[in-house]
Amino acid sequence: MINTDAIFHVKGESQFIDDRLTPEGTLYAAVFTSPVAHGKIIKINTAPLKRIEGVVKVITASDIPGENQIGNIIQDEVLLAEDEVHYIGQPIAIVVGTKPEIVRKAVKLIRAKVEVLPPVFNPREAFKKGHLITPTRTFSLGDVNKTWKECDLIVEGTVESGGQEHVYLETQGAFSYPTEKNTIKVISSTQAPSTVQKIVARVLDLPIRMIEVDVLRIGGGFGGKEDQAVSWAAMTALASYKLKKPVKLVLRRKEDILMTGKRHPYSSDFKMGLKRNGKILAYENTFYQNAGASADLSTAIMERSLFHATNSYYIPNAKINCASCRTNFPPNTAFRGFGAPQAMFVIESAIFKAADELGVDPTVIQKKNLLKKGDVFPYGMKLQDGKMRKCWEVAGEKYKVEKIKERINKFNSNNKIYKKGISIMPICFGISFTSSFLNQASALVHIYTDGSVSVSTAAIEMGQGVNTKIRQVAAKVLSINIDRVEVLSTKTSRVANTSPTAASTGADLNGNATKVACKNLMERLRKVASDYLKVISAKDIQIIDEEVYIKGRKTGLKWDELVNKAYMNRVSLSAQAHYVTPNIFFDRNIEKGKPFAYHVFGIAVTEVTIDCLRGIYEIDSVKVVHDAGKSFNLLIDRGQMEGGIVQGIGWATIEELMYGDDGKLLTDSLATYKIPDIYFAPKDIKVHFLKDSNSLSGILKSKAIGEPPFLYGIGTYFALIKAIREFRLDLKVNFSIPITPEKVLLSLYEKI
Amino acid sequence: MINFILNTESISTELPPGMPLLDFVRDNKKLKGTKEGCREGDCGACLILLGEYKRNKVFYKSVNSCLLPLGEVNGKQVVTIEGVNSNKLNLIQQAFVDEGASQCGFCTPGFILSLTAYFLNAIEIKENEAISSIDGNICRCTGYTSIIRAIQKLCKDFGLHIYSKNGLDPKPNRLKLLVDKKVLPEYFLDIPDRLHKISLNKKVDSKIPKKSPVFIAGGTDLYIQKPDELSTENLVFLSQKKKLKKIWRDKDRIFIGSMTTVEDIKSSSIIQKLFPETEKYFKLISSTPIRYRATVGGNIVNASPIGDLTIFLLALNTMVVLNDGKKQRELLLRDFYKGYKQLNKKRNDILEYIWFKKPNKNSFFNFEKVSRRKYLDIASVNSAILIQYDKGAVINIHLSAGGIAPIPLYLSKVRSYLLGKEINSEIVKEASRIAQSEISPISDVRGSNDYKRLLLRQLIYCHFVTLFPKEVNVDELL
Repeated sequence: MINTDAIFHVKGESQFIDDRLTPEGTLYAAVFTSPVAHGKIIKINTAPLKRIEGVVKVITASDIPGENQIGNIIQDEVLLAEDEVHYIGQPIAIVVGTKPEIVRKAVKLIRAKVEVLPPVFNPREAFKKGHLITPTRTFSLGDVNKTWKECDLIVEGTVESGGQEHVYLETQGAFSYPTEKNTIKVISSTQAPSTVQKIVARVLDLPIRMIEVDVLRIGGGFGGKEDQAVSWAAMTALASYKLKKPVKLVLRRKEDILMTGKRHPYSSDFKMGLKRNGKILAYENTFYQNAGASADLSTAIMERSLFHATNSYYIPNAKINCASCRTNFPPNTAFRGFGAPQAMFVIESAIFKAADELGVDPTVIQKKNLLKKGDVFPYGMKLQDGKMRKCWEVAGEKYKVEKIKERINKFNSNNKIYKKGISIMPICFGISFTSSFLNQASALVHIYTDGSVSVSTAAIEMGQGVNTKIRQVAAKVLSINIDRVEVLSTKTSRVANTSPTAASTGADLNGNATKVACKNLMERLRKVASDYLKVISAKDIQIIDEEVYIKGRKTGLKWDELVNKAYMNRVSLSAQAHYVTPNIFFDRNIEKGKPFAYHVFGIAVTEVTIDCLRGIYEIDSVKVVHDAGKSFNLLIDRGQMEGGIVQGIGWATIEELMYGDDGKLLTDSLATYKIPDIYFAPKDIKVHFLKDSNSLSGILKSKAIGEPPFLYGIGTYFALIKAIREFRLDLKVNFSIPITPEKVLLSLYEKI
Repeated sequence: MINFILNTESISTELPPGMPLLDFVRDNKKLKGTKEGCREGDCGACLILLGEYKRNKVFYKSVNSCLLPLGEVNGKQVVTIEGVNSNKLNLIQQAFVDEGASQCGFCTPGFILSLTAYFLNAIEIKENEAISSIDGNICRCTGYTSIIRAIQKLCKDFGLHIYSKNGLDPKPNRLKLLVDKKVLPEYFLDIPDRLHKISLNKKVDSKIPKKSPVFIAGGTDLYIQKPDELSTENLVFLSQKKKLKKIWRDKDRIFIGSMTTVEDIKSSSIIQKLFPETEKYFKLISSTPIRYRATVGGNIVNASPIGDLTIFLLALNTMVVLNDGKKQRELLLRDFYKGYKQLNKKRNDILEYIWFKKPNKNSFFNFEKVSRRKYLDIASVNSAILIQYDKGAVINIHLSAGGIAPIPLYLSKVRSYLLGKEINSEIVKEASRIAQSEISPISDVRGSNDYKRLLLRQLIYCHFVTLFPKEVNVDELL
């Protein structure tokens, strides 16, 4: 089944924020931001703007009618800086004018006098100074302190992982316009329309009902438009409210990269204790999360790091600590994987180091400790299914891992300049928002008198194909042709109090809500049919492929006619349904519970080749066995796999955020921040979905697919390290992502 | 007045010639299928096709509209995604849908147009070349695997069709073939005549404006430096000077007009004959749409210390020929650079052409470039070498390197050292040690000082390992 939105993408007809035709009189906004990473604002001089024709208004914090506060989980972030600035690129003022080029030019004329205060960029330094977003948290199982002495080997070390820019191809933006009675409509490129709605209402001091947020689609999100889409929506809404005019703000790429938060860099310590046979007895680690200047989603991301610190392994004694540290970078935010990649990289590093000490391949330790059914995670949940080991076995057989290893050994002994490396990366990812209350969704389904159907949910289409999946669910439950079903834009007045499309849950939650709504409609339609056909029990009625049957016998009554009969009999053809993920809870007081509906598992086998003369490398193949449950759209799920893998590889290899000493981002454009292109992507990506799998609560027995594949990218790091080792046996590994060609060359040779 | 055809519509506009075509298409014409992704030519979301009339035919190139001044499309056809759409999806569009090669959809029109250009231009359909044609397109969603699947499918479809017409040269009929296969709408068949008519009326305004003229060649760097300012400047489009846009040779010299594009050089039979690895080297230089626009003159005058083409030419001991409007003068390219972005050039000097001697017998050439991402990236360090080696001695040598000094560097100390030497591993090591004394790299986004020093050593090793596998023992260098 194709992604039906793609039909419009390939014609360039799909509409993103900046593609909507704007009404006459639309004004444009540009943002003036902090030039320093930390400082006290003495004076903002906007006088030169008075001379510029077309500048309508300069808006600062004092113009905000409500609260100057956009923090969602923790309210610690202003929309526009008042007295202090906390990162380079922090919005201070909004210039509104008649043309985009006018406001862009005008912004450059604003002068800020700022008294520079000492900034902090390193999370460990922030931690020492007590600059925390929230108190530190610890998950524990068993007793690590008692266990160390039972271990044959203890390894310790530190691990670094860098941030990552989202590079959604559509930059951040919003368009707001006033309607009557002071209400504001906001067209936003967001994954979280209700968050936008709530915060715009807070900023404007209006009831939430007076703000309507509408999202047709977004040009990539990856987490970057969850909380971070709020600012631009709030700015346009504010300007629109003040000026009673439509206002549009679309960031240019450089502005977007400068002003928005990224994946959190982590600096971590680990300690792992093992038996000589590779059994891990104890694991302790501490994550120092670089949160940036305000909370954003950092606390939730920190939580997921805690949940996934032990990756795919059962470790009887574990103590996982995390500190979310406040620094002078833009507020870091959600990015596919949401703290799990950073956490998993740490334990895989620990295993790599332990394997070195034991003189075995890391796979020996990985395999020995793989999760099985019934194993307990440090957060108290018992593993419900044992697909982890199954994936390992299937990958070994299907991809003939031992044969690959032999081939690589042979290659390496025959080649001097080129060396190959292989790694195995198991993953285990829990599905559900870890804040249990977010695991709810609503759907509103209308059947129209011509038999066509519209579905509204909270899901945001951002390329992941959720629209198509929801269409499939509705068509299946209603047993009608999919062409009859359309998924409408995500609009807060149609579906209220929505959870963000995040945590890989979009299709599960909204698909299930759609399923319930459609089932309710079917029940009504069966009743209409049974009344009309004079059948005593509606249970004897089936509706299959747009035809009505009685106990398997065709009646000649068809979908269109049935729908029309329902209408004529004054039966409601609309249904609203609410769905909650069953049986999940988590108690943050004791840090125990059952936070996830289920887990997703998989194995990636990654093969790389490095050129030891030049220090450059290629990713030859990534071969995956993945448990997607019972996929009902293989094309879409495969696309999510491939895209996630390459994005994960980008993070692990070439995507590097570099800053000046003053905290200014130097890699602030696509010319300097490089993401994978068609040549850099692995030459061969194989995806094998585990057979005979299904999930307990995933939609139509499928499993969520969005984030888990990102984690496979970590395997590329270890494959590269293995290849470097083939050239330089004595390499002391500094576990640090990304492993750029520079780092490779500097590990192959001593510097001159 | 700028006259051109936008898809099928005839356009005459008085808008500033410096306005980026992207803005004209999106804001003035409301054609929203062309997207703004980066405004730096680094993503391809804004890609359009530029059709140019030549000898009764129209040649189409994929070009980044964010870096293309409106003035440059005078007399040409601009094709946006809307211009290839018809009632049904075309083969390329359908392949993208069928293979899941479009997820969020923002980058997709650019990919479709790149491939359209490929299928219009390719003499023979080859999968790897079709993939190369999208080297200027970035997708953040798919990981490219599904896009490659779509391309594989397309190559099969197109290939079968062409090869089935045995003995027929597919090139002249390509436009017709794509119209027949409904890849392009029928109106494309009328475009050659329509462009011809425009070209008859086209007056080339070659006057240089008096008030602070800004000379622009391909504009692929200028529009990144000054994205907003150029709209209102007095632009002088050097690229429209046809006589500066050619490659020719005499008995022992090769001449390249300054407005020759990188793609022209890449596909020149003269160049390919001299440098059999041309394809490999030039693929490392930017991307297909940028190569269609970037010129050799622009690359040289831009004076980037890391310009790939400049480094390439330095090793050929290239001469530059300047004209100040009164007389020509020539000087060595390596003497053209005085300091960071400082040229040995008068204000009204125009770089007309360059020339270099055809490499002698027993001459060997190599070009190396390492960047963070192998393709469509700026080098951390690049280097080129031309070495004449006969009877166990270096007769002549020119070695250049970029990214390790304020200017594109000609390594003269290394040259002096190597002249007359017999090549072996020890000599190569010593040469690279001497190179270290000539360079002064700085730490920046392209790499640290330590990295660049080490990398240059390695690239010098690469030159010799590649060119003298017998004389140089790799083991002694690793």
